Amino acid sequence: MWTLLGIGVVVAGFLIRLNPLLVIIAAALVTGIAAGLGPVEILSAFGKAFNDSRYVSIVWLVLPVIGLLEREGLQERARTLISKVHAATTGRLLIAYLFVRQITAALGLMSFGGHAQMVRPLIAPMAEGAAESRLGALSDKTRHLIRAHAAGADNVGAFFGEDIFIAVGSILLIKGFMEQSGFDIEPLHLSLWAIPTAVLAFTIHATRLFLLDRKLKRLHEAEQRGEDAA
Amino acid sequence: MITLEHVYILAGAMFIVFSWLSLRDRSNTKRFGNAGFWMLLAISFLAGSEIGDLANGILVLGLVALGGTGAMGLGKPHTTTPQERAARAERRGNALFGPALIIPLVAVAGTLTLKSAMIAGAPLLDGKQVTLISLALGIVIALVVAMLWLKPPGLAPLEEGRRLADTIGWAAILPQMLAALGAVFALSGVGDAVGTIATTWLPLGHPFAAVATYCIGMALFTAVMGNAFAAFPVMTAAVGVPLIVHKFGGDPTIMGAIGMLSGFCGTLTTPMAANFNIVPAALLELPDRDAVIKVQIPTAIPLLIGNVLLMYALVFRF
Repeated sequence: MWTLLGIGVVVAGFLIRLNPLLVIIAAALVTGIAAGLGPVEILSAFGKAFNDSRYVSIVWLVLPVIGLLEREGLQERARTLISKVHAATTGRLLIAYLFVRQITAALGLMSFGGHAQMVRPLIAPMAEGAAESRLGALSDKTRHLIRAHAAGADNVGAFFGEDIFIAVGSILLIKGFMEQSGFDIEPLHLSLWAIPTAVLAFTIHATRLFLLDRKLKRLHEAEQRGEDAA
Repeated sequence: MITLEHVYILAGAMFIVFSWLSLRDRSNTKRFGNAGFWMLLAISFLAGSEIGDLANGILVLGLVALGGTGAMGLGKPHTTTPQERAARAERRGNALFGPALIIPLVAVAGTLTLKSAMIAGAPLLDGKQVTLISLALGIVIALVVAMLWLKPPGLAPLEEGRRLADTIGWAAILPQMLAALGAVFALSGVGDAVGTIATTWLPLGHPFAAVATYCIGMALFTAVMGNAFAAFPVMTAAVGVPLIVHKFGGDPTIMGAIGMLSGFCGTLTTPMAANFNIVPAALLELPDRDAVIKVQIPTAIPLLIGNVLLMYALVFRF
């Protein structure tokens, strides 16, 4: 049971907002020691897993291209483009992105979206641009809320789309584990039973994005009034 | 054959240049911290497969010593002003989207076509890693196209890349750190301990209680571990298979599918899922580290409730 101390360290560390890197190292040490491992053993296990998961950092290769395009005005262009589409609002744009992200993920095309290659250079500026052309100049608070929603739409779309694709890692994990437990199950059936939740996820999140437009308008008006009063 | 190792060499080379450019940047009072951090990361990518587990562990301690203690600052690479950007955006027009869209298009096309591509009788690339290699390929092609078209100064993409890398800072290694913590947890038997608690302490006499425990347990355990893949074997072995399937006669396929998706609800709510929740906050320059999580929680909670109801309605019916 003492091995659970590490979880306590993680939760406490995040709650008091220590730097996560320190929290993680501390949690690894505490957990390992509680399980009777020596420091060298813990450090080796940690180093091996860190090295084995380098693939998650490959996405940083995109930074020079995105940075270069930003230098040439990519984000500004994304804002201009969306401000010319009169029907576009922040909410509608993000609903459209959520839909496309979910459908492409369901077809196994996970690399279509992503925070570094899609959200920062294109989706977030477009979502901000749509709000700007409706409301005028935005406060930092509103701008940050819109950006956070752009990232949220990418996540929700990806998570609740990918399980409809039969060859995705989580489907294979479920199949593998259930096989060990004595059940032979079809990946295709797993994919099909992921559809009800996918539909529900889209419904809930799209409703929230639909309401976001109103929320942004309210926020903006409240800020304007606050400024006038001051 | 192209493998992930080749992609790692490319990434390592990029981080070396970031390190060198950071070192030259006298506007950053913490330039040695930045230079050291990117250099250690470069070593990890270039030599990580050669130096052994313990050396990798020590390398991580170095990264944490720099990244975890505020030793890194923000470099100020020479870039364009907002006015220049607006003017260039006007001049370049929508073609600016071209290189940005090349990346996902090549990544997708490569994933679909290159898996078993052959060249001179040998496989062109490691088929198991086709998605990641295609992504890297898309990035390289986009960069070449952008350089030929825009003709910026030669160092511009690396300086601009360093500008973005510095805004991400230490968070750049957070996903890898959490994956490594997950490995130590697994090695220490944390999952089994959680499973024991779930079954010993919770009243699971009714099918609905079992379904609710399984789904909510998946979400909570995923939130703690940052990854539904770590939670699934534990919760399914502790609650799913013995209770929902064996005791109450539920369908294992439906249980597995909706159980995993309940875990994903947990992923939406946790800083432990750093690459989805914390890294984007850094990337989008949000002052609140938890801003993305905050906008996701109101979706995660009703969706989790929905999953419990869906599973209860479906799992005993088919």
